[in-house]
Amino acid sequence: MSLLKFLKKIEPDKKSSPFLHTLFDGFFTFAYAPDTVTKGGVHIKDGMDLKRLMVHVVLVLQLCYAFGSLNIGHQHFAALGMYPDFLDAFHLKITYGLIQLIPIFVVAHLVGLGIEFWYAAKKGHAIEEGFLVSGALIPLIMPPDVPLIWLALAVAFAVIIGKEAFGGTGMNIFNVALLSRAFIFFAYPTEMAGDTMISGKEVWVSGLEFDAAQLAEGVKQQVSYYHWWSHGVFDNLFSAFGWRTFGEGGVAVADSFTGATPLGLAKTGGWAAVAEVYTPTQMWWGGLPGSIGESCKPFIIVGAAALVAMKVASWRVMVGMIIGCALTGMLMNGFTAGYEDPSLSYLQIPWYYHFYMGSFFFSMAFMATDPVTAASTNRGKWIYGFFIGAVGLIIRVMNPAYPEGWMLAILFMNVFAPLIDHYVLESNMTKRLKRA
Amino acid sequence: MVSDNLLKIEAKEIGADKTGTNYSIFPRFNELFGASAPNYVDGPVTFLKKGHDILLEGEATKSTNDGAGVTTFAIQPTNFIGMSPIPKVIVSVGDEVKAGDSIFFDKKRPEIQYVAPVSGEVVAINRGAKRSIAEVVILADKEMSYRTFDVPNLEDCSREDLVNFLMSSGAWSFLRQRPFSLVADPIDTPRNIFVSTFDSAPLAPDLNYVIDGNEAAFQKGLEVLGKFAPVHLGLNAKGSEAPHHAFTQVEGVNKNWFHGKHPVGNVGVQIHHTAPITSNSKVWVAGVQDVITIGKLFTEGKFDASRMVAITGAEVETPQYVKTYLGASIEGLVKGNLKPLEEGKSIRFVSGDVLSGKQTSTEGYLGYYDDQVTVLEEGDQYEMFGWLLPLAPRPTISGTFPNGLYPDLKFQANTNTHGEKRAFVVTGQYESVLPMDIYPQHLMKAIITNDFERMEGLGLLELAEEDVALCEFACTSKQPLQSILKQGLDAMRDQ
Repeated sequence: MSLLKFLKKIEPDKKSSPFLHTLFDGFFTFAYAPDTVTKGGVHIKDGMDLKRLMVHVVLVLQLCYAFGSLNIGHQHFAALGMYPDFLDAFHLKITYGLIQLIPIFVVAHLVGLGIEFWYAAKKGHAIEEGFLVSGALIPLIMPPDVPLIWLALAVAFAVIIGKEAFGGTGMNIFNVALLSRAFIFFAYPTEMAGDTMISGKEVWVSGLEFDAAQLAEGVKQQVSYYHWWSHGVFDNLFSAFGWRTFGEGGVAVADSFTGATPLGLAKTGGWAAVAEVYTPTQMWWGGLPGSIGESCKPFIIVGAAALVAMKVASWRVMVGMIIGCALTGMLMNGFTAGYEDPSLSYLQIPWYYHFYMGSFFFSMAFMATDPVTAASTNRGKWIYGFFIGAVGLIIRVMNPAYPEGWMLAILFMNVFAPLIDHYVLESNMTKRLKRA
Repeated sequence: MVSDNLLKIEAKEIGADKTGTNYSIFPRFNELFGASAPNYVDGPVTFLKKGHDILLEGEATKSTNDGAGVTTFAIQPTNFIGMSPIPKVIVSVGDEVKAGDSIFFDKKRPEIQYVAPVSGEVVAINRGAKRSIAEVVILADKEMSYRTFDVPNLEDCSREDLVNFLMSSGAWSFLRQRPFSLVADPIDTPRNIFVSTFDSAPLAPDLNYVIDGNEAAFQKGLEVLGKFAPVHLGLNAKGSEAPHHAFTQVEGVNKNWFHGKHPVGNVGVQIHHTAPITSNSKVWVAGVQDVITIGKLFTEGKFDASRMVAITGAEVETPQYVKTYLGASIEGLVKGNLKPLEEGKSIRFVSGDVLSGKQTSTEGYLGYYDDQVTVLEEGDQYEMFGWLLPLAPRPTISGTFPNGLYPDLKFQANTNTHGEKRAFVVTGQYESVLPMDIYPQHLMKAIITNDFERMEGLGLLELAEEDVALCEFACTSKQPLQSILKQGLDAMRDQ
C-alpha cells in the first residue's frame, strides 16, 4: 500500500508536464490495474482487456524468439563451415544470436514506444497498448544483420505514417509490422533482395564482411568478424569456464556457402534445385537463413494453435489462407502438369511444398490475423484469408522481383478488407430491408 | 438420395417443414451431434449456440420473505422511455390514495394513466434536475385498499372499450412496444405480442417459482393480450425440469421453445428468431409479472401490483425472494439482509440484473419493470499487475483465463472495469455473445457516425439495451455499448 501512496505522490501533473505525465501513467498502469468502477452501463466487466490480449501474443512469440536467437548463431557458424550440428557449441550460438537480437529488439521498442508516448502526450490520452505486439513482431521479421539505423527509420515510418497518421491504435489500415519491413525492402532493395557480391553487404547471415585486405586487391571474400565489446567480453567469460570461444574472426566462409534460401533456389531451378541443398525436414524444423523468427514451423504452429485456443487470434483467417494457398498451388500444378519446360519448374513445385518454404506460417499466424487490419465480419475473414493465400502465392511464384509474397499480399488485402466487409454488411442490410 | 431430396423440397413448398419436422430418411447433422431437446418439449426448439452464462454467487433460494420491511413505494417517471421530464402529477403530498388511483400522466399522451401500486399516503414528490419529477413516494397502509373498477366483459367488449379501460386503470403502462421500448401506442396494431417466460440474466429470479399460485391470472392476462394480436410465449428448453404448467399448458397462444445461453431469455432475441421486427411493423412485449397484474384486473377487479422480487448478490446475507409490490424501496427490500461491511469496502445496489440494471442506493426504489435487486462489491481498488496475473477469479468469455477448467464456478464479481477504454480493436467478440443475425460492432460505428440508413439496415430497431449488455460485458476495449445504443435509438426515434 505504501508503494502505491508513494507513486501517487510523485505523479507529475497532467497540465504542466504532459509528456512526463503520460510516461508516468504508462508505467503506472503497467504495474497497477486501475481502480475505475463501471458507470452507466453494465455493472461487471470481463476480466480481459487490451493489455492482457497483447501480452498473450507476445508470450506466444517467445518460442520464435528463442529459436530465432539460436538460429542466428547457427547460420553464422554454418556459413563458416564450423559446428555444423544445430545444437553444437550451443553457448556460442545462443550468445551470438542474443548479441544480434537484443539491440534490434531494444531499438525497435525505443523508437516505436518513444513515438507513441510523444503522440499520446500531444493528444492528451493514455498510452495505448497497440505497439506491444508490433514491437514484438518487428524484430522477428527483420534480417539478423540489419543496420540499426535502417531499423529505426523503418519503425519510425511504420508508426508515424502507418498508425498515428490514421488515429492510433485500432484505426490503422495497414499492418504496422509489415509496413516497417516493406519500408526496408523498398528503401534498401539491393541489400535486402539482391546479390551480396553487388551490394557489398550481407544482411541475411550475420557477422560476415568483405576482408579489407583482399578487397583492396579486387577479390571479394567474405570473412567473419567479432566485436571486442560484445563477443570479446563473452570470450573472457567462456574461457574462464574452459568452453570454446568465438576467436578473433577473419575466418573465411566455407566454399559450399551460397547464402541461398529455398525460395531463391526454387526460382532458378524448381524443386530439384531446392532438394539438392535442403531437405523438407530441414525446411520444416528451421535452421535456414532468413528472417529471425520465420523458420521453425512447428513452434509457429504451436503458437498459432495456442492463440486460437485462447480465442485471441481468428482461426477463420488462418484456415482461409491455407485453403487459398493450397488451391492456388494445385491450380498451378494442374496447368503445368506434364510439361518439361524448365521455365515452368517453379509452377510445378508440388503445392504442399509451398508450405515448407518461406514465411507462410509466420505470416498466417501473426500478421494476417491482426484484428484491426483484417476483415471484421466472420464471413469476410474467410474471403480475406483466402485471397491472401492466393495472391501471396502468385507473387511468390510469378513475380520476378520479390522472392516472398506474403508481406505484399497482406498489405494488399489490408486495403481490400473494408471493401469485403462493406459487401458482407450490404448483403445483411438488403436481407433485413427485404423482410418487410 | 434423389427421392429423399425431392421429398424435402416438396415439404418446403407446402410449408410443412415450418414446425421443424425432418421429412428426410437421414437424420440431420444437428440431430446426431447437437444438443437434443428434453422430453418435456412439445414443439420445435430453436437451438442458439452463441451467448454466455455468467455464474455469480448469491443466487436467490426458493424461500419467500413476507416483505414486512418494505414501507415506502415509488413510481419513477424516468423508468418510462419517451416520457416528458415533467409529467402532470395529479396528487399532492399528504393525499390518501388507493391502489389503482391515478398518480400522473404524460401531457403528450394524457389518456395513459400511471397509477399507485399500493394504497397509502403520498409522502413526497421528489424532483430531479431542472424541476423534472424523479419519483412520487407513497407510504403504504398495513392493509391494502383497492380502487373499484367497472371491468368490461372480455368476450363481447370492443377493442376501443378494452383499450380505454386498460389506459385508465394503469395497466396499459405494462405494454411496451419494440422498437424503442416505449409504452405502447393505443392506435397501433402490433403484429405480435411476445412474453418471455424465463430470464437468463445473471442471478435472475426463477419465474417458475414466481408464477406458482397465479396461474389463473396469468392465463387471463394472456387472453387480454390476445385481443390485440397473436401472443407468443418464449419457453426454456434447457432446464432439467419442465417449465411450470402455467406456461406449458396455457391456451390460445403460440409456444416457442428456446435452448441456449444468455441472452436467450431476452424477449428481443426470441422475437428475432420467431418473427423479426421490420421497419414498418411494431411488436409489443410484456413481462410475466406484468401479465399477472393485467390478469388480476379482470379476475379480481382490482389493480394488484404485487411482485416477487429476488434479492441477490454476493453481498446479501440470505438471498431470497420478497413478496412485495411494484416500486418497493431498496432499503426495505434489503433490510437486515446485508453482510457486514469491512473497512474500506463499499457496495453497489442495482435495480435489475448486473448487466442491464440501473445503479441505485438504499434511498432508491425498484424500477417499474424490474423484479430483482443485485448487491455487489465495488471494485475500486488498484490491483498490482492485475491484467497479467489476476489474483481473484473473475467472470470472462476469454480463453486466457483458466475459467474453462471450472465450468460451474460461481464468481464474486466486483464493479472494476478491468482495463481502460480503448478504440475498437478485437473483432468477432460481440457476435459470439449475441445470437442474432446482426453485426453489433458495425452498428455501433454507424451510431457513432450518425448514419441513419446504415443504423436501420444493420438492425438497430431489433435491439434493446439489454440485448447488447452481454456484448458490453465482453468488450475488450471497454466501450460503453449500451449508452451508444441508447444514443442511436433516441436519434432514430426523433426521426
